[in-house]
Amino acid sequence: MFPEPFMIWRNPIKEKLERKDMLARRSCISIPEFYVGSVLRVNLSNFHQPEKTSSFVGLCIQRDECGLRAAFTLRNVIDNLGVEIKLELYDPRLLKIEVLRLERRLDPHLRYLRDAPPEYSTFPMDMKPDINRSDEVPINRIKVKLNPRPWTEKWHTMELKGVDESIEDLITNKWKARRDHNRKPWEKYDLMKTYRQVKINFFVQTQIL
Amino acid sequence: MSVLMNLASAISSCTPVLRRSFHSSVPCHRLQKLSRLRVVDNSELGKQAMLEGKPPRIIQVYNKTGIGTTGDIVLCAIKGLKKKGVIVGVKAKQPCFSPRTDSNNVVLIEDNGAPLGTRIVVPIPSVLRTILKEKTHAKGADYTKVLSIATRFV
Repeated sequence: MFPEPFMIWRNPIKEKLERKDMLARRSCISIPEFYVGSVLRVNLSNFHQPEKTSSFVGLCIQRDECGLRAAFTLRNVIDNLGVEIKLELYDPRLLKIEVLRLERRLDPHLRYLRDAPPEYSTFPMDMKPDINRSDEVPINRIKVKLNPRPWTEKWHTMELKGVDESIEDLITNKWKARRDHNRKPWEKYDLMKTYRQVKINFFVQTQIL
Repeated sequence: MSVLMNLASAISSCTPVLRRSFHSSVPCHRLQKLSRLRVVDNSELGKQAMLEGKPPRIIQVYNKTGIGTTGDIVLCAIKGLKKKGVIVGVKAKQPCFSPRTDSNNVVLIEDNGAPLGTRIVVPIPSVLRTILKEKTHAKGADYTKVLSIATRFV
């Protein structure tokens, strides 16, 4: 759980009410620990299906928003077609979340898998859970080879650690010059920016209890 | 047209460039007129068009906004013919709980709603069950026949 990214959006009453709703929801469903790069199975209440429920297995490629609006995106390749579903963590339509593989990746998001070969995001729908119970969450240091352009986003400007070095061969010299021109090396010294992005466990604990 | 281009070049030469003539933001993948689609059923017409590298183009979207989403009926231009189709997968950003796919998929149908192929080879969103049932009327086309040839729902 992160605090709001901008101070002007924060409101103590709103946060208190949201925390109450979140705790009420957490009393009905156990939300496990997972990260970007973990493989999950979710059971959903889906009134469009004849059996009124559906399930989806996929790699968590993104976690966004905070508090009651927290959401995650699952991606899988089914019958050679990449399918993604964005789900809200505190949505009452979510019946069960099960972690099949608990690990993290090097990047804050894995949206670049949309422009990668399908084997990087293919998981069988009847996948068995395989979690080694240790204290530390393993980091998957896999390097993903991207497809040639066109891409959905400008991956070369994002300084992604989980993308193979062959991305340099896929872009032109003009793009490289442009990327170097737009780099912001001073941002790592911005303490307030770091503060807003860091996970503050102590802060959250004192606020909830 | 050439007059307009001359005018534009004259304006750009005398004033500093305030904005670029192309977009550098992430595309929103709207399905509108002249958008290309991918045929995902096993009809002969659709297979041939995809193999020749001439996928169908939307020439009309049958809704009020003119921008197609999951479950909308479109008129496609495919290999010199006009065929209707149902959009069964979109690349654009979707609301929560709606699946987003890596390609814009379409299933070709006749005017009475009967599909041209006998099987859909990719998973389709389960919300189509409700949408297509609502679009079907007693005297109009029966779009629910598309659901019976689907192999998997997401």
